[in-house]
Amino acid sequence: MPFVEGLRCRECARPYPAEALHVCEWCFGPLEVVYDYEAIAATVSRERIAAGPLTIWRYADLLPARPEGAVDLGAGFTPLVRADRLAAELGLGELWLKNDTLNPTGSFKDRVVSVALTKARELGFKVAACASTGNLANSVAAHAARAGMASVVCIPSDLEPGKVVTTAVFGGHLIAIDGTYDEVNRLCAELAGEHTDWAFVNVNVRTYYAEGSKTLAYEVAEQLGWQIPDHVVVPVASGSQLTKIAKGFSELAAVGLIGEAPAVRISGAQAAGCSPVATAFESGADFITPVRPATIAKSLAIGNPADGVYALDTVRSSGGALASVSDEEIVEGIRLLARTEGIFAETAGGVTVATLGRLAAQGVVRSDERVVAYITGNGLKTIEAVADSARPTATIAPTLAAFEAAVDVAEVY
Amino acid sequence: MAVIVRIPTQLRPLAGGSSEISVEATTVAEALKALDSAHPGFQDRLFDEKGILRRFVNVFVADEDIRFLSGVDSPVPSGTTISIVPAVAGG
Repeated sequence: MPFVEGLRCRECARPYPAEALHVCEWCFGPLEVVYDYEAIAATVSRERIAAGPLTIWRYADLLPARPEGAVDLGAGFTPLVRADRLAAELGLGELWLKNDTLNPTGSFKDRVVSVALTKARELGFKVAACASTGNLANSVAAHAARAGMASVVCIPSDLEPGKVVTTAVFGGHLIAIDGTYDEVNRLCAELAGEHTDWAFVNVNVRTYYAEGSKTLAYEVAEQLGWQIPDHVVVPVASGSQLTKIAKGFSELAAVGLIGEAPAVRISGAQAAGCSPVATAFESGADFITPVRPATIAKSLAIGNPADGVYALDTVRSSGGALASVSDEEIVEGIRLLARTEGIFAETAGGVTVATLGRLAAQGVVRSDERVVAYITGNGLKTIEAVADSARPTATIAPTLAAFEAAVDVAEVY
Repeated sequence: MAVIVRIPTQLRPLAGGSSEISVEATTVAEALKALDSAHPGFQDRLFDEKGILRRFVNVFVADEDIRFLSGVDSPVPSGTTISIVPAVAGG
């Protein structure tokens, strides 16, 4: 926080103070946090980070909020696991999985919410709010409860039941809206204009919120012994997470934590039923045409992605690619990840694994690369996605005879 | 034909603080032009130097994104509400 100089429009570079602002008043472009990287470089070190907490707050020098009194459930520092069995299935070499299913509320959203509500409290807000496809709803409700803040969480009414229950249990106001996520989001953008004393984490404090995703890059580098992977694969909804992972890797060089500017390739994963960014990539367009989502990957079902153009630019300039996969491939991706690596991911994880497989088959992700795939949400939230295919092998009476009749023992091995 | 234009917080200073302005128009383009005539400044804020709607400005006719309709040429029946909403939100 002491290293924040202010905010700046990403489109027209107009400067703004570090307040609850997210949109340039002139051109409506998104505002970005501006840091004094020289001052950070003079302070930060690998040792200083290693001595910090095992959470995102170990990287506080590179975050836009003060770590003292952070709204903190322990987000971050999730396992980075080597995935040799999945790599073998996909024809890849050195593959790692960033297992962000193990955050406090089961998704990477805990990183961004911890930063957003810490900043919101610094700015004096008493109410936490958001538009959510589910994971963010869980996280805002939980962090608000932890902080003693009121919460107003807006979700599409057709969300998975698991994500509704795991939000409502934390108390606060949960408003289910008959509409798509994009409609919920638009409502919240308008509500944020009317209730300026509410901190909508992904509207009026979005500038700070999005910075939390940079920790996904910092952690991977630190967990690889301060090395940068050759290629990362990231799910794309609004495009913010992918863009901020790229920013995180490049900042490590800017503050001297790694030697030179990294040449990491960044690829994006979308569901075919909501793939506006992948479609733009494939058609060569430099703009995003919004779509109406129809996919089981509801956590990625943003048809009008705010950072879509930036994600597209980031992927192209890094030499990565974007691809999309069908609902059937998503389910198979979830099952493949589960049976090869013991990680149960929600639908976004299925999108990532299936897209990784697609890009590997196309030779875009190569077997000579060190690859990291980001698995960003827990499968227990969306069990209906695999409920039809993940069933008992047999249901029997409690007798030896019944067991032997139902189970081919030779086949168990 | 009168239509209502809902003004986002960021642009309300241009309209004397109003959140809604009534204008005469039959298309989105006409409505935004009428808005600029009544309250100069909207044109520069909503459109780039080539006259194209800025990419972080979303416009809705009733509740439909004009990119699903006919863009700024989308018709606006009398009494319709046009909403100007910042695109940077969500995710």
